[in-house]
Formats: sequence, structure tokens, C-alpha cells
Amino acid sequence: MNDDNSAVKASNLTKSFGSVVAVDGVSFNVNKGEIFGFLGPNGAGKTTTVRMLTGILTPDKGNIMIDGIDLRKNSIQAKMRTGVIPEIGNVYVDLTAKQNLSLTGRYYGLPKNIIEKKTEELLKNLGIYERRNDQVRTFSKGMKQRISIACAIIHEPPILFLDEPTEGLDVQSKRLIVDIIYRMNKQGCTVFLTTHDIEEANKLCERVCIINKGKIVAMDRPEKLKSTFDKTQSIEVSFDHKIDEKSLLYDSIFKVEIFGDKLRLYTNNPDKAVKYLVALAQEKGIGILSLTTCGPSLEEAFIRLTGGGE
Amino acid sequence: MSTPIFIRSIIITAEKNIRIYYKKPPVIIFGLLFPLFMFLSFYIGRKIDLAIFFPGFVAMTLFFTASSVGPLITPWEKQAGTYERLLSYPVTVSTIILGDALAGLIFGVLITTIVLISGVIFLNIAIVNFLLMLIAILLGCFCFAALGVLLASPSSRAPSNIMMLSTLIRFPLIFISGIFIPLQELEGTGLILSYLSPLTYLVDTFHACLSGTSTLPIWADLCGLIFFAYVFVSAANLLHKRNLAKGL
Repeated sequence: MNDDNSAVKASNLTKSFGSVVAVDGVSFNVNKGEIFGFLGPNGAGKTTTVRMLTGILTPDKGNIMIDGIDLRKNSIQAKMRTGVIPEIGNVYVDLTAKQNLSLTGRYYGLPKNIIEKKTEELLKNLGIYERRNDQVRTFSKGMKQRISIACAIIHEPPILFLDEPTEGLDVQSKRLIVDIIYRMNKQGCTVFLTTHDIEEANKLCERVCIINKGKIVAMDRPEKLKSTFDKTQSIEVSFDHKIDEKSLLYDSIFKVEIFGDKLRLYTNNPDKAVKYLVALAQEKGIGILSLTTCGPSLEEAFIRLTGGGE
Repeated sequence: MSTPIFIRSIIITAEKNIRIYYKKPPVIIFGLLFPLFMFLSFYIGRKIDLAIFFPGFVAMTLFFTASSVGPLITPWEKQAGTYERLLSYPVTVSTIILGDALAGLIFGVLITTIVLISGVIFLNIAIVNFLLMLIAILLGCFCFAALGVLLASPSSRAPSNIMMLSTLIRFPLIFISGIFIPLQELEGTGLILSYLSPLTYLVDTFHACLSGTSTLPIWADLCGLIFFAYVFVSAANLLHKRNLAKGL
């Protein structure tokens, strides 16, 4: 078994489809108990990487160790230790919610009584117990995704792979899924999260890895990545009167943008800028409705790393 | 993979397929109506000796039912987005293939048994070798269910394309397999072609089971079926793995 602290270890992963190299020599370690974010623009190679890590695709080159088990040599044992929510991992719509969970539990070799107990527990936790005997085809997208998550965790895997789990979901379903990710992680589960949602990754992940054109371009803690790429901070302010944004430009405020009823001011010196705004409001007799200072964003780092700002 | 996990995965996959794809009323109705229509089309109103026609008819029924749904399972799963989930479970492509084939085998056995019993009751057909009949049905159903799974291997998300391919490959076989022209009457290219069809060996075995006579030795018929079953499973394994990412 695994004597180091790696839950997932990818070494030099390469995968091509015809002449297109989808993943090119990707290597990383995911530590046990960590929430690891895997980010990248569309077509960057995220899904191909996840499919290789979950044993769906075989890499052309490279090795994958899942909890110390070589995925290529011992795929079944490695898969037994993972739960997967694939990108287009729909559940069987002709089966009921209960039947889907039962089918999954049986594939993982769980005894019947455990399957029944876990099914009831999960469906209750996910708020779909009342619909347990309904065919999944009658469920909303959010409810289907909850079933998908229940299927991925019914065997309490030590490693959970989620490929865009909250994509296109309503706020309640999103929150529920994020809660489950937290809860599973608190219980010691390692989470490998692929997402487009930079803010989601920023909130959830201890480390993020950014992939672009099949290659890893950065891997670090979100805060470190942000500060590396952007020293600029911003202030969001809302006044009770409309104000000419140009009048806010000052020596420490070099750019002003309008965002709805708010103004975003970019500065290298937030202390000086806030004091100036307060003084200006006092001088002009304007009320400040809200004032928030924002640090450099992970989105900015992402855009710079993936060339989106070019 | 250890044997219990391997066998368990095959059985669960077969059960899943039966529950989702084979238990649908249209599939069951088609399975029962198809032999009836075949019988009405090829027997009624024609002066054919039932003893000569019936073994070929049962073989044809078995062939079409065992290989009917198999070609569509993978395209259906890819279209519905469930195939990726299935692959993420502790299974291999081989277990999925064998599970699909097992489901086809069970469906084929069920329909063939109904047709045989109907023949015995309504047409006074006699089965002279029960054991051989049982072996032939099981072997034939596995062989043609495996053919069905092989036909699914160029799998895309379009079941209609696979349906067309399946029809193009399966239908010509019934004309070169000694069903309408007995094997002993074939010669030259016709005879060579008939030996290339796995259905020929099943038709000949059924002749042995129902009338007690066969053109080829029984061992040769059974070996032919085993050989084709092996080829179909191996080819399906290879091609499904190669085309795995298509339509995911």
C-alpha cells in the first residue's frame, strides 16, 4: 500500500487522439485529505486527465498511482478506492433512484443490508428520499446530479473525483454538493475537483493546478497564485448618488469601472484610496452605501496563465 | 482481477441490461412476434417439408433474438451518458462485453425455448436429442449474443448507424447458412460461403437434434460455434477498447 502521503500520483501522463496531443507529460501529486482543484479552459485536457485518473481511458505514456495502487496493473483494486462523478456521468434514467444506488453498491461489492442502509441515509441527506421509487427520468437536473453524487459515495471511497459537479445547477443543488464535498473531506476523503468555476475552486481548494493546452502551467495554493500574478487590489464602492467616475481618479486610484450600481476602483494602495473616498464623500455630502476591498483574484491569475487575456 | 469480482461484474452488467434494455415491452413483443412473422413468411403457403424447415427456422429465431439488442446497448449508453459512469465502476471492458453477451444469451434462450415448445405442442415437432439441443441453444445464443456485442464496437452516439450495420451483416447470413437450401444441396462458392457463416453450424446441429441427421459431424458443428464465439468475443474486446473514447 501507500507509505507516502500521496492519494493520487500522476507521472508524465500523455494521451493523444490521432494527431492531437490532449495531455502532454502531466505530473502532479494530490496529498491525502486534500481538496485539489484542477482548472483549465475548455479543451485544455482536464476531462482527458480525469478520465485517465479514474481508469476510463488508458494513458499512452505515464503512470498513475491511486492510494499506492498502480492503476494500469491493478485497475479494479484502484477503482474500488475511488468514487467518480464524471462530466457526463448520467445515472440510468430508466431505473429509480433506489435502483441506481443499489446497482452501484453491487458493483462495489457491498452487502445487501449495507446497500439498503446507505441508500436510505444518502437519499435522506440529499433530500430525495420521498422520490426514491420514482424513475430518474422524472427528476430535475439538480436531482439527477444528487443521485450521481450518491452513487459516487455509497461505498465511502477514500478518494473522490468530481468533474464539473456544479455545472449548470441551481443555487440549492450547488450548495448541497459543496456541503457534501466539505463533509466528505472532513471525514478524511481526498477530493479531486475539476471545475470551470474559479470562485468555487478558490473557496474549496487547498491547492489548485492549472492546465492549458495539455500542459500544467501552474500548481500552488490559490492565495499564492493570486499574489504571484496580480499585485493590484480593488475597492468596490456604492454611493447613494450617481457620481462621475472620472472624478474618482486620484494618484493611488488608476482605473475605475462601473459594475451595476457599484464602482470598482483599482489601486496599489488600498489604505490611501479608502481614506480618499471617505474624504471625498464627506466633502461632497454623498452617502456611502457599501465599501468592500477586494484582493487580487484567482480568475486574473487563471486568465494570465492560460493566455485568455491576450 | 480476481475471479469472484470478474464474475460478479459480468452478472451485474447482464442484470442491468435485462432490466433496462430487454424488459421493455417492445423488445419482448418483437422477440415473440419476429419468429411468428418469419414462420408465416417462409412456411405458410409453400410446400416445404416441416422437418427440413423447422431446424433452420429455430436457428434463425435464435440468431436474430440473441443478437438483436446487443448491438444497441453501447450506443444507447453512450448517447445517454451512462457509459462513462459504467467504466468508472470497478469493471473492465471485458466484463462489460461478457455482461452484454450474457444478457443476449438469456434473451435468446428464453425466446428460442418458447418457439421450440410451441413447435412441439402445435406442430408435433419431436426433439430426438435433448442434451445436444440444450448445448446447441446455449452455445448458439452465446455465439450470436457475442456477434451482437461485436456489432456495437464501432460505437458512436448514434444507435441508428449501428442498427443499419447490424441489419447489413445479419440478414445476408440467413441466405447462406443452409436454412432455405439444405447444406447437402450446396456446392462451389455457395458451399464455401456457408462454411464462413456461424449460423450454418447451428442449423446443422439443430437438424441433428430434431431429425437425428446432420451434414457435418456434430463435433465439427460444435467446434465451429465455439470457434466463432471465441472470434466474436476477442474481436469485440479489441475493437471496444480501441473505440472506447468515441462518443464518450
